[in-house]
Amino acid sequence: MATQGAEGHAAGTEVPAGPAHEDVFPPFDSTYFAPQLIWLALIFGTLYLLMSKVALPRVAGIFSTRKQAIADDLAAARKAQEAAAAAAAAHEKTLAGAKAKAQALGQQAHAEAAAAADASRGKLEAELGAKLTEAETKIAETKTAAMANVDAIAVEVAHAILQRITGRAADPKAVVDAVAAAKA
Amino acid sequence: MSEAGAPAVDPIHQFHIKVLQPFDIFGVDASFTNSALFMAIGALAVFFIMLIGTSGRKIVPTRLQATAEMAYEFVADMVRSVCGESGMKFFPLVFSLFMFVLACNLIGLWPYTYEVMAQIIITAGLAFSIILLTILYGIYKHGFHWFGLFKPSGVMPALLPFIIVIEILSFISRPVSLSVRLFANMLAGHIMLVVFGGFCVMLLGAGYSYLAPLPLLGITVLTAFELLVSVLQAYVFAVLTCVYINDALHPGH
Repeated sequence: MATQGAEGHAAGTEVPAGPAHEDVFPPFDSTYFAPQLIWLALIFGTLYLLMSKVALPRVAGIFSTRKQAIADDLAAARKAQEAAAAAAAAHEKTLAGAKAKAQALGQQAHAEAAAAADASRGKLEAELGAKLTEAETKIAETKTAAMANVDAIAVEVAHAILQRITGRAADPKAVVDAVAAAKA
Repeated sequence: MSEAGAPAVDPIHQFHIKVLQPFDIFGVDASFTNSALFMAIGALAVFFIMLIGTSGRKIVPTRLQATAEMAYEFVADMVRSVCGESGMKFFPLVFSLFMFVLACNLIGLWPYTYEVMAQIIITAGLAFSIILLTILYGIYKHGFHWFGLFKPSGVMPALLPFIIVIEILSFISRPVSLSVRLFANMLAGHIMLVVFGGFCVMLLGAGYSYLAPLPLLGITVLTAFELLVSVLQAYVFAVLTCVYINDALHPGH
């Protein structure tokens, strides 16, 4: 091996590489310039073609698909939200309608019930009034009858009292007059 | 990284090209080497993430698809912010460059692999192709106008010759700086790793085993640092490509 050029550190135990370019700094070894350039052109050219024709358009496609998907999803969400708002409004409207209807029904029922109650009360009152007047006339009749009886009794009592006191029968007409005068 | 079976520590050894399968095309050597193998592995890694990962085309991405999408958006934002919307036709190129360099750098950090970007011919091949592309596209798009790139506006006429010379020199140095920056960063990082590994082995061999963990700690820190450098250099390479493309798209300062 080329132990001549080694200054102390490299003990000449290198793997045998090439015979001619042993002491050339390898990156500056022009022996391998041509093959490296050829393979660089080949490999980098292939890589460039693959990137520009396949990989990069594909990634750009992925980006645009994603953007589109996000936009679509957002639009769908917005639409759903609008539909939900519309449904909520419709629900509110139905509810308000039902409430109004229920209120109307309630009022109507109330009015009907009140009317019925009024009618029955009126009838009852009329009946009661009729009975009352009837009773009152009866009472008046009874009273007058009783009063007539009272006159007869008073006359009789007066007769009896006069007979006892005077010992003889009194003039009936005068007794009746006297009783009537006392009554007045 | 250092090869197994190479006890003596030679930090340069890791950069040796090995012919795996000799080829010959019309008298030109086109052998399949370890460098080509790891280029292919890097490209395959990118292929795996970007094509296998996105094959599901999921609205809710899998992890691999999310990785591919993140890479896409990262580079797309970079190209858009540097070159504007008109630069997006170069997006596949910048994306391929970024991912290829990144994959090669990250795979090269693995022990027993090969760092492709520590080969000046690879980085130079990429850089000169980019500059050639920007020149051709600039002339195709703007015709003779494109040469206005070398003539900044609002300069004193007396100074103009100097400025133009400086501008041309700076333009010519673009591919050189672009390739050497990446190459030198990766080369230096990988040499450092092996040198520290060598310290470790040498300290153990010399009987200072109690000191050996120190360089080991150094390797740990350096590996993390190299991880940063690998990503950063791929990013810098891609951003500068965008800047040069932007000059082709919109010449004139």
